[in-house]
Amino acid sequence: MEKSIDEINRRIRDGSARVVTADEMPDIVAELGEEGALREVDVVTTGTFGAMCSSGAFLNFGHAEPPIKMERLWLNDVEAYGGIAAVDTYIGATNKSVTRMESYGGAHVIEDFISGKSVELRAQSSGSDCYPRRSITTEIRLEDLNQAIMVNPRNAYQRYDAAVNTSEDTLYTYMGTLLPHSGNVSFSGAGTLNPISNDPNLRLIGSGVPILLGGAQGMVVGEGTQHSSAGNFATLMTTADMTEMNTDFLRAGFMYRYGPTLYLGIGIPLPVLDIETVRKTAVRDEDITVSIRDYGVPSRSRPVIRQVSYAELKSGTIELNDEEVKTSSLSSYRRAKMVANTLKNWIEEGHMTMCLPTRYIDPSKQAKPMRETRKMVLVQEIMQRRVVTIKEDQDITDAAKKLLKGETNHLPVLNEEGRLTGVVTTFDIAKAVARPERKVKVQDVMTRNVITTLVDEPIDIAAQKMEHHRISALPVVDAQNQCIAILHASDLGKLFKPGGSRP
Amino acid sequence: MKLLVRLYHESRPIIAQVVKDTGILINVDRARSDAHEGEEALVDVPDEHCILISERMRSLGAEVRILEEGIRHDDDECVDCGACISICPKGVFYFDDEWKLQVNTKKCILCGRCIISCPHSALSLSY
Repeated sequence: MEKSIDEINRRIRDGSARVVTADEMPDIVAELGEEGALREVDVVTTGTFGAMCSSGAFLNFGHAEPPIKMERLWLNDVEAYGGIAAVDTYIGATNKSVTRMESYGGAHVIEDFISGKSVELRAQSSGSDCYPRRSITTEIRLEDLNQAIMVNPRNAYQRYDAAVNTSEDTLYTYMGTLLPHSGNVSFSGAGTLNPISNDPNLRLIGSGVPILLGGAQGMVVGEGTQHSSAGNFATLMTTADMTEMNTDFLRAGFMYRYGPTLYLGIGIPLPVLDIETVRKTAVRDEDITVSIRDYGVPSRSRPVIRQVSYAELKSGTIELNDEEVKTSSLSSYRRAKMVANTLKNWIEEGHMTMCLPTRYIDPSKQAKPMRETRKMVLVQEIMQRRVVTIKEDQDITDAAKKLLKGETNHLPVLNEEGRLTGVVTTFDIAKAVARPERKVKVQDVMTRNVITTLVDEPIDIAAQKMEHHRISALPVVDAQNQCIAILHASDLGKLFKPGGSRP
Repeated sequence: MKLLVRLYHESRPIIAQVVKDTGILINVDRARSDAHEGEEALVDVPDEHCILISERMRSLGAEVRILEEGIRHDDDECVDCGACISICPKGVFYFDDEWKLQVNTKKCILCGRCIISCPHSALSLSY
């Protein structure tokens, strides 16, 4: 048995369509069987609500008098794109305000517009015969705009890898706060309610298909950026009219030490055409797995700790190396259900009908990494190979002399075998002198928890380590933990000298 | 009731002294010692003895503030993501059956870890 779109739409129009949310579908299929579910259910609604950084909106302000071609512009001091003359712009969600606190960004401008607040527009131009005006400052509300069209390049990820941090320091990432020593697991995604997880082969989701976006009726534009369906990481480009959105389904967010992001509700209704649709929409949290990746490793290919299902992640704890670790979500399952339920109401009341994609999205596509033609500068290119060290059992007066003679602020400390066991700084020595209890040996005053780098580590990673720990030098160690060189913050200056390593 | 106690006299065991004098047991939720800012302890005391204990501590030279509540949760800003749940060392946050975030402020030790972890600035401390 098969059903046509026309048949389903006829039922939607006469109010007899049976619409269910995707989390209800597994039980319905278990009860009625696949054929029974196909006869019974006409539409399955999906929903997700989470951080979607790759979002933004095209705005048209109307012409000023005298007219201006805005070349650089700011909305509440968040820069928007000025390359699409004359009074058009694109405001991206993650751009930070240049004057306000870093927690205010493009996403907040979008939320302010939607909640009816007025936003300051400031623009500059170099002027031309047709657009003589050089600058403008004005207050704008959403209703003053000719168009406010949200177009989001990459939304509604099919699933997203969970995050853990095996390093010794708390990390602040776009996956939220990650506690040290695998202290927590952070994840994102609605699992059984996720739109693409209910249509993984993209038979129903494609260009032109109606959706809920931020509370408005919108549509799928097509394949999203970084779409990687072959790896189960499909994405969508979406659009809707911002003037129809509301803050139940759109909220600005801020990830500490990462920046602003936009929390968005997206839902897609799936017409139940055939047995294949029934099978795919019967997907459970147990069936959808992701990797837990170690964000303690600052690399594109973060090591996978293990596979995990959304059922495990949503349970609140998972087992990791024989220990119970708490999990928590960045996306809101409660709001994802609100999205699916709202879509359900719209369809039941005849406000939205179904259509098939006007263009299909490639379900076998794989995203590529960036092509890099210039080598990253590595630590070995700017580190100092001449490194003054000291032994653990030497007196602090020896350390003081070495610091003076070596004209350095950091002495790597070595044990009997020549392995690095600590660092002693001029500050440590000063402290020991100011409080002369019984601390006379280097090992009594040194810092034992040494942050190190490697010869082949990219210099940006080493710089981030120094910034994160608020330190100004990193001992460079080999595989045996022998200190072979030292990298000072001042060495980073070499990168910017004429003829330096960085082009 | 929670009291935030600041101590400036390194050598005097003020909390122990108050326990001994009053016979009322005090639970130290967390304590911090800093060379520049002195010592600070968050203590939990029975509600009915709150005034007595804070006055006794003040008489011994401590600065005491009575904290009316734990972490503040702004229901309008919260989207019920639950990012705070795995960050809290005391299990203050949890979901009810409908995935709505619930906050058990009685368990809160005011460590403030959750504040920066909330993507929607829905958590704050009132002191």
